[in-house]
Amino acid sequence: MPSADEILRDRSICICAGSGGVGKTTTSAALAAGLAARGHRVCVLTIDPAKRLADSLGLEELGNEPRQVDPKLFEEADVEMRGELWAMMLDAKATFDELVRKQAPDEETRDRILQNRIYRQISNALAGSQEYMAMEKLFEINHEGRFDFLVLDTPPSRNALDFLDAPKRLTQFIEGRGMQMFMKPTGIATKVVGRTSSMMFSVLKRVVGIDLLADLGEFFQAFSGMVDGFRERAKRVNELLADPATTFMVVCGPQGEPIEEAVYFHRKLVEAKLPVGGVIVNKVHYATEADLSDSGVADELSGPLGDELAERVAANFRDYQALAKRDAHNVDHLARELQAKAVIRVPYMDEDVHDLTGLLKIDRYLFASEAERNQLAAAGTS
Amino acid sequence: MLGRTSPRPHIGIIPAVPDLFEKRLVFVTGKGGVGKSTVSIALGLAAAERGLRTIVCEVASQENASRVFKKGEVGFNEVGVADNLWAISIDPDESLREYLLLQLKVRAARDLLMRSRIFNYLTAATPGLKEMVTIGKIWELAGTDRRVKKGRQYDLVIVDAPATGHGVGFLQTPRTFAGIARVGPIHNQAKALDAFITQHETTGAVIVSLPEEMPVNESASLERQLTEDVGVEVDRVYMNAIYPERFSSEEARKLERVLEITQGPPHAAVRAALSQHRRANAQREQLARLQRSIRVPVSTLPFIFKPRLDVGELRRLAGELG
Repeated sequence: MPSADEILRDRSICICAGSGGVGKTTTSAALAAGLAARGHRVCVLTIDPAKRLADSLGLEELGNEPRQVDPKLFEEADVEMRGELWAMMLDAKATFDELVRKQAPDEETRDRILQNRIYRQISNALAGSQEYMAMEKLFEINHEGRFDFLVLDTPPSRNALDFLDAPKRLTQFIEGRGMQMFMKPTGIATKVVGRTSSMMFSVLKRVVGIDLLADLGEFFQAFSGMVDGFRERAKRVNELLADPATTFMVVCGPQGEPIEEAVYFHRKLVEAKLPVGGVIVNKVHYATEADLSDSGVADELSGPLGDELAERVAANFRDYQALAKRDAHNVDHLARELQAKAVIRVPYMDEDVHDLTGLLKIDRYLFASEAERNQLAAAGTS
Repeated sequence: MLGRTSPRPHIGIIPAVPDLFEKRLVFVTGKGGVGKSTVSIALGLAAAERGLRTIVCEVASQENASRVFKKGEVGFNEVGVADNLWAISIDPDESLREYLLLQLKVRAARDLLMRSRIFNYLTAATPGLKEMVTIGKIWELAGTDRRVKKGRQYDLVIVDAPATGHGVGFLQTPRTFAGIARVGPIHNQAKALDAFITQHETTGAVIVSLPEEMPVNESASLERQLTEDVGVEVDRVYMNAIYPERFSSEEARKLERVLEITQGPPHAAVRAALSQHRRANAQREQLARLQRSIRVPVSTLPFIFKPRLDVGELRRLAGELG
């Protein structure tokens, strides 16, 4: 089973995807740190890093432009830094504004959109706009060519697949062709022909209200000149996602539901003909042979620990074994579903990861072979 | 969000715990993967146990309730899952159909609208419309005078809300809509929904958190956003999946020494014990940090050492909700 090293060889973009709360941001940062140490000029595009992690990397004021992590930090952690690690935090609103600036045919249109009340309400909140803007920023940074590797941490969607549809949905949203004929800012419904349409329109007015219709009309009109630009852009973003230099890594946890989601997500990516590198399972209770045998633990330990403590240690061990068995079962299921693709297990660490040392601990697993990972776990290096 | 999670000074006096079950509507919020659905169902069971006619609403077609109670898909129906407990999975399209019928009162007019290309375009394109009609349906369920014909009266509606980020946006939708539509029917509806959500006597929220760095940060900022930006009252935080404190520090030191002299399974067992001790300690630090950075009472829920939660486990958890 390949390591992250082999999966990412000859690639230049890695997109970490998965549902919320599975450690996607940490995994993205760890992959980026590992790639940088191995000689790449890497930028990680993150959504919302833990403050403690950002602080520990000296990135207190992370913004919509990449900033470099001080290589000295790697030196201090006894890791040879052969490349460069950069990080940026995605700002959906700022990215959307930039895009409008770029796509607007003239200054008047640009200002009309940026100042439009509806635009301002939605550029942050439109379902999928964060997802789309993540793709957009990835595209832009890749286009600039300043880095030789990009790692993207995708937004925590309710549905991990949202971002795949995001470009399409956004284009559909701003297209609004059908709307415009109804909604010239002056004289709504004057252009309406046909009885059904006018009946429909009067019903619509009753439900929605005439003012909102007029406002929406104004909004879609302002966008109308940019539709082709947006559509072209969305097409190129999609091409980038399907490029052989791109790989998707699905991130999940070892419990039943996250595993099922990972299986589902993997299938959807394959159906969409997107390149999947493998799955990273975080917080796994590793089980070595010793971990799964419980023969006489309490008896053997009662000498050095006393009966009562030895029994508690044994009881705790049984709970651990139950979780380790569950994780092993779930990971096996995942591996069968994925067939030949990589499943990389990162152990449940004793402490939360919120600094470079923690990221590098994760890297020891990410960039190791399966055999090396088992050795590391057996040696208790978590 | 960097720089937004600075700890708030601890306020010495914790307000008397308002009984969640006296509200009509409770939103269960929190970061993804913290156990919102589990807590929602457990709260539902606890309320039903007290004789309250309770309904648990899922909003992202998760169908967790049907899985737990081994029912077929719940869907957009109020399905009884236990004594005094019902569940519904709120589908935005169905909510919209229902809403339009209630608004227009004429099925033919509704169908005319639903069939029209322009209307479908509008509903697909209008940002937040799904959230808006979903909240509208929740409001309808929680109403003392149900608008749906022969609608069952509930004492309590529990909403398994979308994850943080989406969750705040979700609850803010009525206000956003009221801002977008300055006048007219949508404006009035949105205002009414916002007033209902922000009425502290009837509507509350709980935040579910985990004893880890990110969930604690997010819970603190979620509490601030819900109270200050949305205006929803946060009643309680449930810190989920807390490990028991199985070993004292003194015992841990003893275990460290024994680790050196053991091999095989006993070695692995001692290592697991030490790991558990470190985790439990780290969790307690995170719990203390959350208590320092939040103004509402924090209750803890135990980690359940089971591969999958069944109804029995959830009932046990319901007993712990306090």
